[in-house]
Amino acid sequence: MQGAKARRTIPVLSELLKNRVFYLMMLPGLLYIIIMYYIPMAGVVIAFQQFNPFKGIGGSKWIGFENFKFMFQSDTVLQVTLNTILYNLVFLVTGIGFALIAAILINSIGNRLLAGAYKSILLLPYLLSWVVGEYLLFSFLSMDKGILNQLLGSFGIEPVQWYSEPFYWRFILPAAYIWKNVGYFAVIYAAGIAGISSEYYEAAELDGATKFQQAIRITVPMLMPITLILVLLQAGKMFFGAFGDWGMFYNLPMQSGVLYGATDVIDTYIYRSLKQMGDFGMSSAAGLYQSLVGFVLVLISNAIIRLYDRDSALF
Amino acid sequence: MRPSLSISKLVVNAGFMIYSALCIIPMLVVLSISFSKEQSIFQGGYSILPRAFSLKAYEYILGGNTPILHAYLVTIAATIAGTVLHLIISSMFAYTLSRNEVKYRHIVSFLVVFCLLFNGGLVPWYILLSKYLHLKDTFFVLIFPYLVSSVNVLIMRNFFKGIPDEIIESARIDGSGEFNTFVKLVVPLSTPVLATIALFVGVFFWNDWFTAAILIENNKLYTLQFLLQSIMNNIAYLQGNSLVEDIAANLPDETARMATCVLAVGPIVIAYPYLQRYFVKGLTLGAVKS
Repeated sequence: MQGAKARRTIPVLSELLKNRVFYLMMLPGLLYIIIMYYIPMAGVVIAFQQFNPFKGIGGSKWIGFENFKFMFQSDTVLQVTLNTILYNLVFLVTGIGFALIAAILINSIGNRLLAGAYKSILLLPYLLSWVVGEYLLFSFLSMDKGILNQLLGSFGIEPVQWYSEPFYWRFILPAAYIWKNVGYFAVIYAAGIAGISSEYYEAAELDGATKFQQAIRITVPMLMPITLILVLLQAGKMFFGAFGDWGMFYNLPMQSGVLYGATDVIDTYIYRSLKQMGDFGMSSAAGLYQSLVGFVLVLISNAIIRLYDRDSALF
Repeated sequence: MRPSLSISKLVVNAGFMIYSALCIIPMLVVLSISFSKEQSIFQGGYSILPRAFSLKAYEYILGGNTPILHAYLVTIAATIAGTVLHLIISSMFAYTLSRNEVKYRHIVSFLVVFCLLFNGGLVPWYILLSKYLHLKDTFFVLIFPYLVSSVNVLIMRNFFKGIPDEIIESARIDGSGEFNTFVKLVVPLSTPVLATIALFVGVFFWNDWFTAAILIENNKLYTLQFLLQSIMNNIAYLQGNSLVEDIAANLPDETARMATCVLAVGPIVIAYPYLQRYFVKGLTLGAVKS
């Protein structure tokens, strides 16, 4: 192995030959990411084309920034961008905040069996799809049969048309996000708490610190690296193309057009432009816009995290 | 000191019980609707326990050649095939990136990480799969887009790095080829990480509605989640599709809809107690990944 350094002048070919078994094992994965990740990256050029699916990328006309001009002319893009950013900020703060509290409280429960049961139940929604989430939510919000309107009715309150009142969705969506994800974050935090040495708590106990003070002064700061990673990952997902977790925005409101102002985000907007209108120009321009904003967001949050704690940064 | 402590414990426990109830009650309602008489739903609305018990919805769904059974088969096949292929390709890929003797591992690792930062977006992805790879409306398209994920490769690579070099070195001295070492030695040593990733990927394939929604038109290839979504939404573009119209016309509507949902969730909930610890382990692995 050590000899490899001395023979640095050997050409690429002899490295490939020497470790040919490794490179053969690498080949399917490498080819795959080139095909499925890098070719689509090059494919963003269609945002500058009047793309014709029959002629393909080579045959379509180049139109410069026309698609972008067209896109930014409508108010919709601004609206969905704002929605995307605001919802994700709310998700980030409430999701991580609730999870931190939940993890600390679960850890304070002496009864192992109960603590384990709570963890299991909290994590279960994480494994369900948003399509299933749509069904679960519908059983509560259905106008004529839903549990919530029945409950309101028993207090003499008029039934609410949940699927046509945008106002409520600004709270329903964050609640749904928390319902699905808090268990996931909490389990990560719980593992982090388990890794904190008990000496800190014993010392604090001797100094007369209350449980609450211990949580604020020891647990929360010690969990900071995990919090930073979660923030970074979530910030990246915010604008992460079609492959982030946007199913909730598409499924939960059940395609109710009245709600779009409150529920539409960039992904649903792109998806609908492509799927229902077949508008390649618009949706690819919006897609490139989204990818670029996402890229910048990751760089910014990474830079901030780097300032705070070098080791937690992604690069 | 004692009594106040137990009061705070009581409050914490009560809080968690309420939250747990909130997690479980929606599932109970859907379950209850699926076991109710259609008539009782129409009269009294949804409830946590069935007002009038009936198995009609399940009899309908499971009796005979309904689209739901077909979607079940498609989903099971995609989940198994997708998970196996994902594991094979990604684990070999990750292993080569973990070995010091592979000189170009840094460049390739960078290529993997960069996919996390930037992506081409939905449209080029769609055009690639449909126009250039000609995978639209094939079973394979349900699997192919998700065979390698950067995050999973990085998690596996970090796990493989933790395997002591001496073990691999000694296998080499015993005359084992590199591939043989990987299959016979590294894979068995890595079952915790492989099992966890298999579970995550499996759940992903099971829950995937998106791929079918955008790349499948042939109703023989509908996945369970997509069928579920179509039944619920009855979206405009699906009208005129005889299969979905059949469902709309012939189902014991509400109860069967919810029964389909129960069948889609069922396998996950039933397997959950056994698989849970792998999930927890995997989440922890992901967290210390950086």
